Amino acid sequence: MTTQQPQQPQQPQPYKKPLPVLEPETRPFWEAAARREYMLKRCSSCKQFHYPPQNVCPHCLSSNTVWIRGSGYGKVYSYTITYQGGGPGYAEEVPFVLGIIELDEGVRVWSNVVGIDPKEVKVGMVVEAVFENVAGQGIAIPRFRPRPQKKA
Amino acid sequence: MSLRGKTAIVGIHEYESRFAPNVSINQIKAECFREALEDAGLTKDDVDGICTAGEGFGAVDLCEYLNVHPHYVDSTQTGGSSFVVHAAHAATAIDAGRCNVVAIMYGSTAKSRGVAIGTGGAGLQAEAPEQYEGGVHGTTTVGVYAQTARRHMEEYGTTSEQLAAIAVSTRKWAATNPFAVMRDPIAIEDVVNSRMVSDPLHLLDCCLQTDGGGCVIVTSAARAKDLKKKPVYILGMGEAVGHWDAGRRDVTTVAAQWSGQDAFKMAGVERKDIKLAMLYDSFTITVLVTLEDLGFCKKGEGGPFVSDGKLEPGGKLPLNTDGGGLSSNHPGMRGIFTMLEATRQVRGERGEAQIPNCDLAVAHGTGGTISHRHGTGTLVLSSHT
Ligand SMILES: [Zn+2]
Repeated sequence: MTTQQPQQPQQPQPYKKPLPVLEPETRPFWEAAARREYMLKRCSSCKQFHYPPQNVCPHCLSSNTVWIRGSGYGKVYSYTITYQGGGPGYAEEVPFVLGIIELDEGVRVWSNVVGIDPKEVKVGMVVEAVFENVAGQGIAIPRFRPRPQKKA
Repeated sequence: MSLRGKTAIVGIHEYESRFAPNVSINQIKAECFREALEDAGLTKDDVDGICTAGEGFGAVDLCEYLNVHPHYVDSTQTGGSSFVVHAAHAATAIDAGRCNVVAIMYGSTAKSRGVAIGTGGAGLQAEAPEQYEGGVHGTTTVGVYAQTARRHMEEYGTTSEQLAAIAVSTRKWAATNPFAVMRDPIAIEDVVNSRMVSDPLHLLDCCLQTDGGGCVIVTSAARAKDLKKKPVYILGMGEAVGHWDAGRRDVTTVAAQWSGQDAFKMAGVERKDIKLAMLYDSFTITVLVTLEDLGFCKKGEGGPFVSDGKLEPGGKLPLNTDGGGLSSNHPGMRGIFTMLEATRQVRGERGEAQIPNCDLAVAHGTGGTISHRHGTGTLVLSSHT
């Protein structure tokens, strides 16, 4: 969960990866991410979660969708270890893991799996959201890392 | 009234060069148009419909370059499947009496301009939904296909060797195509030992990057009878879209399940009677899931299905006999080439690579990314109505 985020060492070089360009429909997601909260959209009319977050519910077309703070917990649904490319910032950091996470709320979301040797990532692995601060931008990028399992 | 057999492909041309640094995209389209008209025995003035996709203002720009004023234009953009979808739309418009002869064109100089089609990253993304899934996470095209491959392996036990079988059979066919970029034989080990691009997809699981283009001319079955070449009738057609399903996406299935069902239903033919499968092969996994979702085998059985040699020369279901995107050419949106090669085979023009009695073929385009947003188009083509 987000509050357990360890202190990240300050990176000397600037963040080169693409940043989201905030717009009315997406701004709350990124503002919450900066507060280390993983937000989801749920429809007040049909009560269903959806992803990606939209102002109009993709299930019933209601405009009564509200932001809900998600658990940030989920499982790896699928992933790939990228060895080539990925665009600015990423291409220099290969190999890295692009992954689809199935959140406990039932929606599958797009992200990265971090905090683990890419070769150790497995489908079904239990993960939690972490947030990578982008220095000086007031933005944090949500990613997922293995979630420590409680000892029996 | 069904559109079954009401229209036909009557003229084709494939741009021969795979590296064309000194030409424009419109030049490729226009030259392919000129040659396809010659192939059909038609003139520019016979054409009253123009379709294209790719860049800029689509068909409008192209009409200016060709100096034509058509009654029907279509710039529908469904990525690599666009041209197959255009053919379906053209058939519909011709049958409805909106136009008589439609030319579908594609051109690309992706190779000579150095466009990183598969690995370039998604860049800045202002609009939802791309904002959540694109450049901010280092998403690549090959990576998105790799997610389908990984999940398919996890759910169904599909192996890298099974995916490799598709690359191997396609290379065997490429050896019969003098214009194919990669013609030297490869073995399963070559594919699985080639460097990993995006795990579990290796370099030889990925399509090429080339320049190229083509033109397909469609007209009514009645008009087709009087033209130069044997008509290749459109018996069935379908188009469909796959996407994130509001967060419930099953990445192992593609929209081929819907476009294929529509096309086969209209055609009224069985999968087992298909003599040639021309299926978009951006990556080996694209072919495997498309074969499943078009109904050639059950979901999850694609691995064993492709591993018994049936896709190779002499096999029961020849696949991508031009060498496909994996070995012949891939300028970015390859769907048109599935129609071009299917037409050559159904006409009986493929020489040493000719499939005996190739009276029934499927041409199928996939555009976008299969684990994510994509569009598909499926045609069933035949030498008879
Ligand atoms: Zn709703």
